[in-house]
Parts: sequence; C-alpha cells; structure tokens
Amino acid sequence: MSNQDTEKQEFNITVYTENQIGLLNRIAIIFTRRKINIDSLNTSPSEIESIHRFNIVITESEDVVRKLTRQIEKQVEVLKVYYHTNADVIWQELALYKVSTDVIAEKVSVERLLRENGARVVVLRKDYTVFETTGHREETDNLIAILQPYGLIEFVRSARVAIIKDSEGFNSKLREFERLEPGEDVIENEYLNKGQKVFSM
Amino acid sequence: MEVAQQEVLTTPAAKEAVEVSGSVALLEALITEGVDTIFGYPGGAIMPIYDALYDYKEKLNHILVRHEQGGIHAGQGYARTSGKVGVVFATSGPGATNLVTGLADAQIDSTPLVCITGQVFAHLLGTDAFQETDVINITTPVTKWNYQVTDANEIPEVIAKAFYIAKSGRPGPVLIDITKNAQIQKFDYKGYVKCNHIRSYRPKPIVRHQYIEEAAALINQAKKPFVLWGQGVILGSAEQEFKAFIEKSGIPSAWTILGAGAIPTDHPLNVGMLGMHGNYGPNVLTNDCDVLIAIGMRFDDRVTGRLDKYAKQAQVIHLDIDPAEIDKNVKTTVPVWGDCKETLPLLTTLVDKKEHTEWLKLFNEYTQKEVDAVIHTELNPTSEEMTMGEVIKQLNELTNGDAVIVTDVGQHQMVACRYAQFNKTRSNVTSGGLGTMGFALPAAIGAKFGALERDVVAIIGDGGFQMTLQELGTIMQTGIDVKIIILNNRFLGMVRQWQELFNERRYSFVDIQSPDFVALAAAYRIAGKCINNREELVPTLKEMMAHKGSYLLEVMVTKENNVFPMVPQGCSVSEIRLK
Repeated sequence: MSNQDTEKQEFNITVYTENQIGLLNRIAIIFTRRKINIDSLNTSPSEIESIHRFNIVITESEDVVRKLTRQIEKQVEVLKVYYHTNADVIWQELALYKVSTDVIAEKVSVERLLRENGARVVVLRKDYTVFETTGHREETDNLIAILQPYGLIEFVRSARVAIIKDSEGFNSKLREFERLEPGEDVIENEYLNKGQKVFSM
Repeated sequence: MEVAQQEVLTTPAAKEAVEVSGSVALLEALITEGVDTIFGYPGGAIMPIYDALYDYKEKLNHILVRHEQGGIHAGQGYARTSGKVGVVFATSGPGATNLVTGLADAQIDSTPLVCITGQVFAHLLGTDAFQETDVINITTPVTKWNYQVTDANEIPEVIAKAFYIAKSGRPGPVLIDITKNAQIQKFDYKGYVKCNHIRSYRPKPIVRHQYIEEAAALINQAKKPFVLWGQGVILGSAEQEFKAFIEKSGIPSAWTILGAGAIPTDHPLNVGMLGMHGNYGPNVLTNDCDVLIAIGMRFDDRVTGRLDKYAKQAQVIHLDIDPAEIDKNVKTTVPVWGDCKETLPLLTTLVDKKEHTEWLKLFNEYTQKEVDAVIHTELNPTSEEMTMGEVIKQLNELTNGDAVIVTDVGQHQMVACRYAQFNKTRSNVTSGGLGTMGFALPAAIGAKFGALERDVVAIIGDGGFQMTLQELGTIMQTGIDVKIIILNNRFLGMVRQWQELFNERRYSFVDIQSPDFVALAAAYRIAGKCINNREELVPTLKEMMAHKGSYLLEVMVTKENNVFPMVPQGCSVSEIRLK
C-alpha cells in the first residue's frame, strides 16, 4: 500500500441522496461506528430536484475513506458518493461575527481591518453590527483573532461547502464512475432528472 | 371484513379503489408477496393489525412465539431453509427492542427478513408515551433499510419496497414501524404493485467481462488454485453453477460455515471447512496456493486469522455481489463484481478443463494428518464418556445427510459444522457472523416451517439452550416436529476451552448448571430422554428420528473436551494447531 493510501489527510466526501428522514443518521453512524470524527458536515438540496447533497469532511487515510464511501453508497437511499482531497476541490466556509457598533464606530481601524479581510456588513444596528465573511478555515479564524480585542460578542461558522474542480456536473460524473466501478449508473442516470417517473417514495 | 371484499382485495392492482384500513392493506400486501407464515407476538401498539389478522387466519399462518427474539430467529430459520423472506410481527417498545439481536444476526448473515413493528399513535411520537421507543434509530445500524409509516396511504408502496430490498442484491433485514393511527386509518386502497426498481438502489453491479477474462487468465495459468466459497453461492441459488465451475477447473474448494452444504460434503473437490476451527489442509494451504478464488464470502476474521499473514503469496480473485466487500479485508487482484449466478457460468466457459491431481493430493495428505491427530479420536472415542463428534457421526448415519441441521453457538456448533454430512443445499442453519447463543431452538422451529417435508435437527449446547428455552412453548402449541439434541458438557465449553488454553485454566464463570431438560420438555408435553452411555446412543437417536413429533435428546458428553484444530486468535491460518 502506498503512503498516499495510508497517510491521513483531509478528505471531502460528496454524497448524493434521496431526501429521506433518518438518512442523516444512517450516514453518520457509518463514521461513528468506526470512531471517526466528522470535522464538518453540510447537507442541502442539490441542483437536481428532490436529490440532496451532503458535504462531509473527515481526516483519514485514503484507504479508510475508500471503504467508507463504499459503505455509504451501499445505503438504499444513497445515489452516489465521491471523495476528493483538498487539492481536488474549491471550498468555502461562511462565518458571521457580531460586534458592538459603538466600538466599531469609535475605532476606524476596525473598519479597515474588515475591508482587508473581505468582510461585509450584513446588519447594522445601534447596538450591534454583524459582519460576514467567507473563506478557508484560516481566513475566518484570522478575523476572529482580529476582532477579539474589540469585543467580539458572538461568532458562528458554517460547515464547509465544496465544488469539485474536474466535475462536469453530477450526471457526467456518474458516467465516469461507471467506467471505473460497478453499478447500473448509466441506466440509473436516465431517471435522475425525471423525478417520479420511476418507483420512488 | 366480508369475504366478498377480500376477494376484490386479493387481486393485484384492483381497478377500483376500496376503502380499507392500513392493517388490511398490510395483510393484503403480505399475501401478494407470497407470504404464508408469520412469526409474531401481539401487544398494544400492533393490536389493529392483529385484529385484521383474525380474518386472515386461513391465508396467513401466524405462529405465536414466546418471546420476540424467538420470533425473529424463527423468521431467520424460515428464510434460510425456504429461500423466502421471513416475516416477523412485534409490538412497540420492548417488543421491538427484543428484535434487535435477531436483526443484527440477520444483517451480518445476510438473511432476508421483513419485520413489522407497531408504534404508538403518530401524535404521541416523542412524548415518552407508554411502550414508545425510537425503534427506527435503534435499528438503523442493524437493518438494510427501515422506515416509519405514519399514514395508511404509504403502506402498499412501503411494504413493496421492503420486500424488494430484503430479498434483492445482498439480502438483509428490513424493519417497518407502523404507528397505530396508520394501522386503523381507512384509505382508498388501489391494489398492490410489487416493487422492482428504486432509483437510488443498485442491488447488483453490472458484470464486467474484462474482469471475467482477467480472472479466467489467472486461473488458467495457476498451478495451485484454491476456491473459498461462502453463503453467497446459496443466497444466489448458484449451487449448480458453482459445481460446474469447480468440476471443470478441477480446483479444490473449501467453505465458510454459512457456505456449508452448497455442494455435498463428500464431493471429491470439497476439501473442508475454513477458519478458526476449520480443517487442517484448507487453513495451511491458504498460505501455499498461488491463486485464491473467493466466491460469495467476505473474509471474516474467523476465516482469515491474522490478516497480514493471510495468503500474501497468492493472487486473489473475489466474486461478490456487494462492491463494499471487495478489498474490505483482503486486497483483490481481480474483482469480479456481480451475482455469482451470472458470473460463474461466464467464468466456467473461459477456464480450461483441468485436474489438479498433485495439488488435491496435498489436501488429502493434510486431511489424513488431521484424521490421525484429531478426527479419528473425536468420532471413535475410546474414553468412557461420549464426545460431541460421535453423536454427529451417528446422526449422519441415520439421516444420510439429508436433514436440516440447526446449530447454536459454541463448541457443539463447530463440532456439528465440522462433522455433519450435508447432501443438500439450505441444510445448515447457524448463527455465523454474530454468534448468537440462543439462536438454534427458535431457528429450528422456523427452519421446519420453511421446509415441512424435511427432518430438522437442532443441535444445541446446555448454555445456549437455556437462553431461549421458552420456545418449547411454541413447539408445544404448534405441534411442529423438531428434533432437539442437547450436547451437555456442563460448561460454557468454548469459553472454558479458551480459558484452559490462554488463561491458565482460570475457569471464570463457565461452570453452568442446568435443569432437568427431559422433565422440562415433559412439562411442555415434548417427548425426551437423557443418555449417558454409548450403548444408548444409536438406539435413542433412532427412537428420536422415528418419533412422531418433537423430541428432546440430552446427551451427556465429556466435560473438558476441546475443539481442534484451532487457529489461535492473532495467529496466521498456517499456524493452526492440531492439539
């Protein structure tokens, strides 16, 4: 087994699923059963109607990640699973920062710092102001450090969302996987955009 | 319900909608799926279904078990011998949680089941209502699929899906939780349509001819090829295809315990059992073969022993229907994805007709060593006390290897699997992956209902029998004919064996006392006898097999006998010990 197979690194796991109650648990326990921590998890509707997309980030070896993806893909309501290293994806996290408006107003330097960090004002009220920024973990972390001395009241960060660099959309990716791995993907693929025309619930 | 209305309902996809309850729709679905037997236990949250069942007694044979765990193991036994989906009913809360062991067992052994649990009214979900448990989340890790129905309109479609998922691809247990309101609710029933497609679910991968060709090329150049087969051959009904493959290629073949019986025990290419207590040759020669061909098996740790010393010299061909099994434990050279019923004939066409005489002879030499060191003494003991092996040997002679043998878990299980003669497929019912003590008695009941024309013999230890002995009540009430042999060594034998070998004979809580099993059987109006002498063995076995109805035979065997050969934990298969 090569080093690349056994060395731990961040992997972005993309899962296309039906929108089904309980599926989140079914997917989560595949990780927890093996005592693998989920670093970040985002789930939302995909570009295809009624199909949801999970973005899951874990730190593991490729060998483990490959086995995990096969276990996830085995679930009845999972359509397809991909995994990518950070180099293969473009990703962002969204962060919100609440600070006292008085402090911001007094200290002009804060505004400059915010501009330098690409932050935008989302809400401006008499008592507080909410800034928003997107970026990698280091960038959003950096802004916390900058705002901390000025009385950061509250902070929240979203899970990671990632776009696959070489993806030509879900449908074409399915065909590519069909060449490498088993599955009736090409046949399945025809149904993907047709919603209720096939047996589903 | 009136009879006339029932006739309308039984027609699949009735043209006009009929107003029925969710419970009736469920039972109609079961009938359309070909279900004839249900193992179950009623309770508050499943009462509407049981009320509907009252009118379906003629069509659906409901077996009242004594505990839900017994119900699900019976369902498993039924599925194993019949090849059909086992159906189990249980109520909410404790009824449902009692299914968990059986679900885990069915999940790891790929047994098709559809379990229906009652649930509290939908409006009470999450209120800690009486007998409410979160069955869906409890059972998620141990089911292939599960779903909670809260509206009767969902029932036909969900049940169709449940059966399709349970039996297709790699089979497994499905649990459907139905809230009480959905069971009662009347809705416009438009008939039942079987499911044959779910867009997100691919039961079996497409067969790739490239891999078949690569596999055939490897097999054709192999000097010492070795086949390992598992339950996949039986689940895929590919016994004939498997036999044709090994007979043409002339490859020695060994089985995992769930694969036992796919080809007869005495087939010349059947070289025996794999794994921790398997045969000597198959274990040692795993580390000598040049091409290892695994068919419908999953390289369980009890089969492989220490993985980093497992068949490292061999090129591995793995035929499996479940892509997640490929490369999971053992790195594959050629993965042959697909249902072996389809892939084996393709492979058979491409392999050369061969006889590996010298290689097969090597297996036979190892067999002889094992006979000399272990088997002869086990089957023909000179000791005063009886051995488990001689009981199995005598049983073989009486059944001619035609009986269904159901085993529990422990020493007797290993002995029975090693020595029982299997002439037919679907003859070995045991808890393989989960190792569930208490499995055998209820599973034997189900196995008999699944194969009424066959003799069913349950072989159980004195420990395991006491875990589910309440199912003697089920035997009594149904009058089903199950032969029970308790091999009583007055110990929890397998744990004792390990304590003897690895814990310096520190026998920690393995000394188990038993009740008078024959008196217990008599209390359930089941005939029985306890024997202590060798002279009684054959006559009593004959009496048991000839007896009309169930019979419990307790055989007192050597207290401190060990099962050998043995691959100690953490050792390589080639480090197998004969003593």
